[in-house]
Amino acid sequence: MESRLIEILGPGCAKCEMLAKHAEQAAQELGFDYAVIKVKDPAAIARRGVMQTPALVVDGQVKLQGRVLSAEKLKEFIA
Amino acid sequence: MARLGGCNPRRDRREPSVSHHHRRALYAVAALLGAAAWWLVYRSLEPFGQWLAYRILGLGRGGRAGSAVAFFAFEAPKVLMLLAVVVFGVGVVRSFFTPERTRAILAGRRESVGNVLAALLGVVTPFCSCSAVPLFIGFVTTGVPLGVTFSFLIAAPMINEIALVLLFGLFGWKVALLYAGTGLVIAIAAGWVIGRLKLERWVEPWVYATASGPAAAGADAPLTWGDRAAFGREAVKDIVGKVWPYVLAGIAVGAAIHGYVPQDFMASFMGKGAWWSVPLAVLIGVPMYSNAAGIIPIVQALLEKGAALGTVLAFMMSVIGLSLPETIILRKVLTVPLIATFVGVVAAGILVVGYVFNLVL
Repeated sequence: MESRLIEILGPGCAKCEMLAKHAEQAAQELGFDYAVIKVKDPAAIARRGVMQTPALVVDGQVKLQGRVLSAEKLKEFIA
Repeated sequence: MARLGGCNPRRDRREPSVSHHHRRALYAVAALLGAAAWWLVYRSLEPFGQWLAYRILGLGRGGRAGSAVAFFAFEAPKVLMLLAVVVFGVGVVRSFFTPERTRAILAGRRESVGNVLAALLGVVTPFCSCSAVPLFIGFVTTGVPLGVTFSFLIAAPMINEIALVLLFGLFGWKVALLYAGTGLVIAIAAGWVIGRLKLERWVEPWVYATASGPAAAGADAPLTWGDRAAFGREAVKDIVGKVWPYVLAGIAVGAAIHGYVPQDFMASFMGKGAWWSVPLAVLIGVPMYSNAAGIIPIVQALLEKGAALGTVLAFMMSVIGLSLPETIILRKVLTVPLIATFVGVVAAGILVVGYVFNLVL
């Protein structure tokens, strides 16, 4: 089974929580082995070069910034 | 479409086929029809309001309840319709700008030019207050001067499309332009002043010690018009979806003031004669937080009842441009003296604008 490390970068506002939820759902529906980590520290977020939160990072690569997409649309970024 | 592992569908561009062109023509026709329908509905709103209040509900003409209901029935759908269109349009415009591009434009610029650019970019760059901190760090650690960053941070929340469209819808383009223009001047001047004061030492020390990563991939992906329209639609769903209760509440308050408060009532303490009305408006407005949608209908009603334009604009700018939640968020990266200076300089700018307008208009 494929595995993915999913990180959600953001201070924990409603959008960040929703992105995390949708990302988790997408990973589940794709049948992957996954871990969802929420990075809330602003310095850590800035170090990744991210300026728009929430941001979706998959296996260390920033895939999406500043938007929340449905689980269905997120599959494209996690697959 | 079969997808080989790892390939990005957006980068696979097929040759535009005949059906592709047909589809675009259909979209164009649909857009035109949609616009025509919108315009027809929009024009019929005022008569609708009158009809609802006076014919259907049978309220007396010239009476207060009738006046208030007609106002609400007209303004509420009108504002929501305007909002939807403008938020969509601005969403599409914003898809052309990213904080990464803005940062690249601003890094290393001389102060005065930088302040002007930063303020202008602050209006069009997508910005959410929850990303204020990473954005601030990203800017100041990659060569954007502190004052220039502040010009951006002041312009972004204050000159937002909701405020402008509502001002335009309710007061006409002159007032909207006035608000945008003075907002820019305040953002530029306040940012420049803060830059001159050399307050880098009042930024939380750990900020400058953070090595900002290079612009992350995924931020500048090329977008198709379909993507941009999607941005616009998302913006409408997000913003109008979140803001409409405030709009309705604000219009309801406005309707009540419109119907029930006597003419010129506000003139006594918000009119031109009361010199202390401007500082009072700024003082009340600064800690308050409201999105533009909620506050503007109230502003309209106040103006109608004799409040001076300068005072009312100052109030609106203080509410929208500065807020307690925002200062709390910024506390992570700014020390208290810097926050106080920031708030003080912006409030002073708003005060000056308020006085000047009361004098000139």
